[in-house]
Amino acid sequence: MEKEKTLSEEKLSFFESKKGIVFTGAVVGIIAIILVALGNPKNMGFCIACFERDIAGALGLHRAAVVQYIRPEIIGLIIGAFITALAGKEFQSKGGSSPVTRFFLGIAVMIGALMFLGCPLRMVLRIGGGDLNAIVGLVGFAAGIVIGIVFLNKGFTLKRNYKTSSFDGYVMPIAGIGLFILLIAAPAFILFSTEGPGSQHAPILIALVCGLIVGALAQKTRLCMVGGLRDQIMFNQSYLLLGFVAIIVVTAIGNIALGSFKVGFAEQPIAHADGLWNFLGMLLVGWGSVLLGGCPLRQLILSGEGNSDSAVTVLGMIVGAAIAHNFALASSGKGPTANGQIAVIICFVFLIVLSVVNSDLVKKNN
Amino acid sequence: MRIDTCGTSCPQPVLMTKKALDNNPSSDEIEVLTDNNTSKTNVKKYLLSNGFNVKIEEKDDAFVVRGIK
Repeated sequence: MEKEKTLSEEKLSFFESKKGIVFTGAVVGIIAIILVALGNPKNMGFCIACFERDIAGALGLHRAAVVQYIRPEIIGLIIGAFITALAGKEFQSKGGSSPVTRFFLGIAVMIGALMFLGCPLRMVLRIGGGDLNAIVGLVGFAAGIVIGIVFLNKGFTLKRNYKTSSFDGYVMPIAGIGLFILLIAAPAFILFSTEGPGSQHAPILIALVCGLIVGALAQKTRLCMVGGLRDQIMFNQSYLLLGFVAIIVVTAIGNIALGSFKVGFAEQPIAHADGLWNFLGMLLVGWGSVLLGGCPLRQLILSGEGNSDSAVTVLGMIVGAAIAHNFALASSGKGPTANGQIAVIICFVFLIVLSVVNSDLVKKNN
Repeated sequence: MRIDTCGTSCPQPVLMTKKALDNNPSSDEIEVLTDNNTSKTNVKKYLLSNGFNVKIEEKDDAFVVRGIK
């Protein structure tokens, strides 16, 4: 049966407007500052990569004792997006767009993020804290996005998705509830850091509510760190980029007001000052995220909207975090590891192959 | 001119729209078929910023985003 709505002249809603995305960016910035004030590690109100890594640790997928915690923010982001998607009739179970490729892209993006020590969202928060290493990361991130765009313009695609069983889309929100139960019940097999970044966290319920708010807003506005630069370069559309800028401005103001704004390269919280590898780590994240169609935050949000391709990406990132710590690929405050440097180079080879074989450079011969 | 972007997600539908318009610069009417809300909004914004008036029609589980100059 065909249901047809009357044709109507389209205008932009609040969340589709520039005011809406700036509002969202400002709220994300304020919440990030609040979460740090209440216990999260510095410049880490949100970090999708770090928080997924902490969850991997809590589940025992890696044994780095300082980064193990079930971060309620991640649960909130998924469920917040799930609720607004349902309410706005935007929830759709779908998937099947090269899931295995996406899984490994998730691993690669995580390896890049843990080389730099943060996802694109934390990169933005670090810039707002005065961490100049994150500016170096931003340059790499932008370079990675440009490389990704070159392949998009050459026809890169992971092919279309399809409708899946309606239950498929509910799996991630349900898994989020399961994780929350494990966090509250804290059985002996779930590992919680007693020192280090994993032990630093805001109170559980506050962190959950903060995640819910940001998840809801990000779902409504499609907030995406990689989409900002990508859309500006490809389509001259500044909408998403304004959200990105709003987060930086608000966190900078917040950090200055709280006396935690510290400009420089040295001794920044949970960061290292190796410029080359900060650059290359974020280049990997930017390039991989363009191929995936969105940054790690966006993947989480989409996984709450019923997109199982994004869910697979999130799971890839969690596995990537486990690999990164089990194989000593993740950087620390002292800097990158040799293993990490080799892994980032391997990931670049993977991305080059992937970008070429999925673009018109090869596809037309099939 | 009508293009079908169903199954593809951001930024592909906008890119397909842009390519279609670039290849037909004199075109003053375009219909873009999409099956997800994000792409519907993004295509709408792209057409609006390129001087089109936009109307959206919902058909089954898909949207027809119609741009007319």
